[in-house]
Amino acid sequence: MSNATQPLVRATDLAKTFDVSAPWLNRVIERKPKMLLKAVNGVSFDIERGKTLALVGESGCGKSTVARLLVGLYEPTRGGFQFDGQDAHAAFKTAEGRKLRRRVQMVFQDPYASLNPRWTVGDIIAEPLREHEILSDTGAIDQRVGELLQSVGLSAQDRLKFPHQFSGGQRQRISIARALATQPEFLVCDEPTSALDVSVQAQVLNIMKDLQRKHGLTYLFISHNLAVVRHVSDQVGVMYLGGLVELADKHTLFDTPRHPYTRMLLEAIPKMHDTGKARTAVAGEVPNPLNPPTGCAFHPRCPHANARCSSEKPEMKNYTGVRVACHAVEEGRI
Amino acid sequence: MSLLQVKNLVVEFPSRKGTLRALDDVSFDIAPGEILGVVGESGAGKSLTGAAIIGLLEPPGRVGSGEILLEGQRIDNLPYAQMRAIRGRKIGAIFQDPLTSLNPLYSVGRQLIETITTHLPLNASQARARAIELLKDTGIPAAEQRIDHYPHQFSGGMRQRVVIALALAAEPKLIVADEPTTALDVSIQAQIITLLKTICKERGAAVMLITHDMGVIAETCDRVAVMYAGRVAEIGPVHDVINRPSHPYTAGLMACIPDMSQDRENLHQIDGAMPRLNAIPRGCAFNPRCTKTMDKCGQQRPNLVKAGNTQAACWLHETGGAA
Repeated sequence: MSNATQPLVRATDLAKTFDVSAPWLNRVIERKPKMLLKAVNGVSFDIERGKTLALVGESGCGKSTVARLLVGLYEPTRGGFQFDGQDAHAAFKTAEGRKLRRRVQMVFQDPYASLNPRWTVGDIIAEPLREHEILSDTGAIDQRVGELLQSVGLSAQDRLKFPHQFSGGQRQRISIARALATQPEFLVCDEPTSALDVSVQAQVLNIMKDLQRKHGLTYLFISHNLAVVRHVSDQVGVMYLGGLVELADKHTLFDTPRHPYTRMLLEAIPKMHDTGKARTAVAGEVPNPLNPPTGCAFHPRCPHANARCSSEKPEMKNYTGVRVACHAVEEGRI
Repeated sequence: MSLLQVKNLVVEFPSRKGTLRALDDVSFDIAPGEILGVVGESGAGKSLTGAAIIGLLEPPGRVGSGEILLEGQRIDNLPYAQMRAIRGRKIGAIFQDPLTSLNPLYSVGRQLIETITTHLPLNASQARARAIELLKDTGIPAAEQRIDHYPHQFSGGMRQRVVIALALAAEPKLIVADEPTTALDVSIQAQIITLLKTICKERGAAVMLITHDMGVIAETCDRVAVMYAGRVAEIGPVHDVINRPSHPYTAGLMACIPDMSQDRENLHQIDGAMPRLNAIPRGCAFNPRCTKTMDKCGQQRPNLVKAGNTQAACWLHETGGAA
């Protein structure tokens, strides 16, 4: 099945809608309509084997929903995703799906909430080994857990301790060790360093890059921090209100951003070495996803918006090396 | 004269296993109208310094020794009622999470008017007019209508604007802003920082800006204090601290931050983690993680001394010698 030229992960028109309606009785009495929240609305991308795709965007743009769709925690409303040539969401439902889940693992944002405080670190990391029946012999499990801990820079003896005995950065390394236990090919990392201090963030990012080189891992890296994204990724996708607005390789995106929203995000980063220089603050806020603007979702905040932008939703179009969803770019206005 | 002077401040937490020193000999001052940044990693004591200044240390935390002076008057030993009159009137505070600093049961107008009438000799309708003006100044559209709305009807960025309006309500001389933009998205963060900077400049209020984000410090502050394990590691003009750090910890911290302008295969990392309060190493607190450590570092604690344009607490600079 596996094919070197085809991307490991291919998401096609992925969409997820949540029903956030009031309870049935309230709807009947107060005559309220059903409310649907389009968290992710038609997102397509490929990730090649051994590469990192980063998704960036502000809170509520749907990046974490994409992550959860890819590991099978949510069922897509529309579209799907292919893993190594097979339809992953169909496979997740069958017995074959267990084998697939082994190859796709996830690292969560909050290292304090994602480890069971009553379990030893050894039990936490051994859980996927037992669950997926990779190893059953206690001695072999202990040895494998020891190796995993060492691979993330902790000591094999740490398996006897409990999560509260570790700092935030060390806990995040335990989460990474757990995710690596099944020897996955694809790791979905949802804001893995957002809860960490910069010096600890550097340690975790370095470990993640080393592991990628060593095991040829493929990452989907979700973050709102553009500097971190620039450091870890090969490709970057920028999301706004449930859709991708720009997708390009890292250098193209950071050197020549095309979409006005990407430009705004890059402008908004405080520059470390130009002290005292004020940022050009952008007006407006992310609109309510329950009631998104017509046409291009960004048009109320966009300096280049015209009548077409407020009526017609732009499609993702290919330009040299970049995919952008913007009428102004298409018309050559910017 | 300095607006605020903090002299050898020690904050302690008595515990059954002995007294823990959370702030150890912290000294700095803030001039009128100046923006001082306080930066450091979690547990460095930044927020505690802010809490000590506004007199909101949570028991059993207490000021062990040292002094805090506002306009030359000691404020660290004032009785509760007197400190309450200063808090809000002379020192305003902005906290990280705008939703928890506002009362969800009262409209924002009621909260603003309450603060204004407590501190200023205005009647209810004058206070309301002033509240509307404050909301307008902080960039809230349709302030006349928004004043009667409740906190949940505002977005995160708008709520933080309301909190800034509250902090400015009685025209304080000093504003202590503890991580004011950490809970906000980058585009909103830029708006809030710009607002904070311009509005404080206009009113001549000094700001103590506590944050872990060096980028925010770089664009906002005049001077910056870098804290580590309850001590000031380095303090000086923001440009010098960022571009020519004198303390090895500051240098390491700067190198850890992913840079937008250059590509590096691996980030610089400082091995280890900040020590716990009950296990602060002897001598310089940073010495077990420092790459330039000497024998002396593990024995004697360095004082803040002049190092280039900044002041650093490091033995490399104590003799005035090579860095």
